[in-house]
Amino acid sequence: MLELTARQLRDRIVRRDICSVEAVEAVFAQIDKSEPTVGAYLTLDRTGAMEAARRVDEKIAAGNSVGALAGVPMAIKDNLCRQGAATTCGSKILANFHSPYDAHVVERLHAADAVILGKTNLDEFAMGSSTENSGLKRTVNPWDPTRVPGGSSGGSAAAVAARMCYAALGSDTGGSIRQPASFCGVVGLKPTYGRVSRYGLVAYGSSLDQIGPLTRDVADSALILQVIAGHDLRDSTSVSEEIAPIPDYSAHLDDPLKGLRIAFVPHLNEGADPQVLAAFQNAVELYRSLGANIVEVRMPHLDYAIACYYVIATAEASSNLSRYDGVHYGHRSKKADEFAQVYNLSRAEGFGAEVKRRIMLGTYALSSGYYDAYYLKALKVRNLIRQDFSRVFEQADCILMPVAPSTAFGLGEKTADPLQMYLADIYTIAVNLAGIPGISVPCGFDDHGLPIGLQILSGPFTEDKLLRVARMFEKTANLPQRVPAVLG
Amino acid sequence: MNDLEYQVVVGLEIHVHLATRTKMFCSCELAYGQAPNSRVCPVCLGMPGVLPIMNRQAVEFAILTAMALNCRVSPYTKWDRKSYYYPDLPKNYQISQYDLPIGQDGFIEIPIEQGRTKRIRIRRAHLEEDAGKNTHTFGDFSAIDLNRAGSPLLEIVTEPDLSSPAEVRALAQELQRIVRYLGVSEADMQKGHMRFEPNINLHVTRNGQVFKTPITEVKNLNSFRSIERSVAYEIERQLDEFIETGKTLQMGNKKTFGWDDESQCTVLQREKEEAHDYRYFPEPDLVPVEVSTEWMESIRSRLCELPLMREKRYIQQYRMSEYDAGVLTADRATAELFESAVQAGGEAKRVCNLLTQSGLKMSNDRGCTMAELGISPDKLARLAKMADNGQISATSAVLIFETMTQSTDEPEQIAAERNLIQKSDAGEIEVLVDQVIADHPQAVADWREGGKKSAKSRGFLMGQVIQKSKGQANPKMVSEILDRKK
Ligand SMILES: [Zn+2]
Repeated sequence: MLELTARQLRDRIVRRDICSVEAVEAVFAQIDKSEPTVGAYLTLDRTGAMEAARRVDEKIAAGNSVGALAGVPMAIKDNLCRQGAATTCGSKILANFHSPYDAHVVERLHAADAVILGKTNLDEFAMGSSTENSGLKRTVNPWDPTRVPGGSSGGSAAAVAARMCYAALGSDTGGSIRQPASFCGVVGLKPTYGRVSRYGLVAYGSSLDQIGPLTRDVADSALILQVIAGHDLRDSTSVSEEIAPIPDYSAHLDDPLKGLRIAFVPHLNEGADPQVLAAFQNAVELYRSLGANIVEVRMPHLDYAIACYYVIATAEASSNLSRYDGVHYGHRSKKADEFAQVYNLSRAEGFGAEVKRRIMLGTYALSSGYYDAYYLKALKVRNLIRQDFSRVFEQADCILMPVAPSTAFGLGEKTADPLQMYLADIYTIAVNLAGIPGISVPCGFDDHGLPIGLQILSGPFTEDKLLRVARMFEKTANLPQRVPAVLG
Repeated sequence: MNDLEYQVVVGLEIHVHLATRTKMFCSCELAYGQAPNSRVCPVCLGMPGVLPIMNRQAVEFAILTAMALNCRVSPYTKWDRKSYYYPDLPKNYQISQYDLPIGQDGFIEIPIEQGRTKRIRIRRAHLEEDAGKNTHTFGDFSAIDLNRAGSPLLEIVTEPDLSSPAEVRALAQELQRIVRYLGVSEADMQKGHMRFEPNINLHVTRNGQVFKTPITEVKNLNSFRSIERSVAYEIERQLDEFIETGKTLQMGNKKTFGWDDESQCTVLQREKEEAHDYRYFPEPDLVPVEVSTEWMESIRSRLCELPLMREKRYIQQYRMSEYDAGVLTADRATAELFESAVQAGGEAKRVCNLLTQSGLKMSNDRGCTMAELGISPDKLARLAKMADNGQISATSAVLIFETMTQSTDEPEQIAAERNLIQKSDAGEIEVLVDQVIADHPQAVADWREGGKKSAKSRGFLMGQVIQKSKGQANPKMVSEILDRKK
């Protein structure tokens, strides 16, 4: 039962072949087995999940109609608010914080009759690429427990890979869905900025953050995107469906696209691990063999994407995180005996090193005298990057790229050198700056048996096309059937 | 020593609370005097994960005010975050407008002495959210009430064109009148709906050379009196300081003062203007505001004649005194009541008198505007007509006016019920006059003789006739008929 996809499970539950309670029990059995090693979850809600499953089963038994995710056990990243539940963002500063409301996507999951199992680990406030920046827990890669699961949605990716949920939600600010999906051998989709409401997603970089699914296959990503996409009055940056209608993402998923034009950017691939590149080349060839027209393109401004990102994201973060001050909620230092100390000590004790580093970078970039040279310039570069993408999308349907220069690296391998960690985001970051959708699908394994991901990008609000192109690969690639090491 | 020539230079920063139904970026109702923290939600509490939603009504109110202040209203504005740490600011940044305010480069006419006006330039008008309130009531701890947090504020900044305490006060009062006219703010000073921060310095001429004194800013003034007095106090203080120290304006020597109402003096709060770096940057959670031509025009259609213009027009059109025109234009509804009553046929002078005499007193007693006394323009016009054509006396008109504020009865009905209709039947009055002449030969003789006692005797005879009519004879007619018999 654990090998089913979310869609398959949902269909069986609706047909009453399996009941949701059984599925939840099976997943919790798997959690009991693997979670001590993997450490994907920050909180588990066994009682709530069982109750929710029971309700779905009763609905079905009573002949009532049920939602698109009826009875499917899912996990959500712990920067998504769930009413009454701890919402820690992997930070000590919110270790005891419980959200008073549901995020938009959580409401949508409830409405679709999904069963929420618990909340997954992440780099603190989603800042990181390995989940090692979590202030609360260590998560390892289910394929090799000595390696990182990627980040920042590392808990969600690891939970899906280790069959500790059927699907999960993550958030992607600079690759935080796609990169851990790639490291853990699952599918991860970052939708177009504005496609999914951010209401209830604890902000890191507001103009970059987007919520998306991590799933076993492409069809599940289509299914979940359908549930969470759409306009929300509470998020002014979520796009109206009149401007960008929402198609049925699953309807034509299996129909290959004819006359597909695929672009790739050769000069970006310098510096990537040879095995990653080999898998990437195979993917390009596969598309060629499916009749796609492959074009080489140049995207000159992508070289500046990392610098641009680390100005804009940290500037926004420095402001977004200023509310965690120990005054209104969250951690308050016990050592503070006057009001300035409440701020200084609470923040000093509550935030981890990487968060502090980014707050300082962002504060600096926004300071008077530096604003024009950093923030304003970064906005200009961001525009140029957007233009690079739109030019490519005039001549191609999609762009193919690796997801990361390497497969999952070892725990602690890069923590001492934050810049090395930043540079590893080279393939994913520009996508957030441009606001376009991107997906990571498994495309092979390296010599250590670690999964490699293929990244596919398309124009704004063309997730339907993106998913179909991804599905073409998934269906024809015939990857070896392997399971993560923790599943033994 | 004090014969220095100097010029007073004051610019004013005004915060006006807009009377929208809900807060600037969430759906909490605006409330005054409610239990602390009872009008809050995750958004205005700055909880993790929340996002702001722009209040359209606040934008409309701000645009309307900017238009009334003759500003250039931008069809494209945006929001910016202004960062500073303070416990009453839950997000530790305030959503405000930095480089693209709603209104720029306007002006306001303010009344100065002898019916003249002065034009004060407006630098900018922008929207922002208010902070909460720190209270200090729990021993070692401060308590914070966030009911006010997120309320819409319109910040208006003038150029330093004001040159006396009286002008500063006049601007404050004129602005209050304008925002009330526009219906965008209750502008209740007691409730803190308007807060003022004057920036003051002097240009002193000594030995043919001009010296500028350091600028001081007085924070958070919320009464007209305190604005006027604090500016007057600062003028004296700066002059003394200049004479004593000769200190002049330099970068970074701006001082911030508070106003102590008890001792009626300004109190130094910050010696040096702190190098505040608010780290403004565009608010990524909100999209820029694009005001379409249609939207702009629908807002413009809500503009009305402003109080000062109206006041001037009344003086000219109705030959009213400055005082009367001021009273009638104090608020928009009263002015509209007046004009509607005139349109309905009431004679302007008579309607004006009814309002400025009885109306003003009663509205003061009841603490409401004259328009809120409950008299319709139509009834007011009819009452004025009755007084005008002698159906009732001026005294009766006042009585009927008062009665109308307490009942829904028509003025004619009240006059009839209270026997206030004057007798205007010439024959009937002549009978009474003849009787009085017959009854009082001595007085009649004194009257007809002329001389010292004549006027007094005439008055006596008039009184007798009115008394005989039980007060209902039209005095004008009595006087005419009596004079015919001299
Ligand atoms: Zn609120």
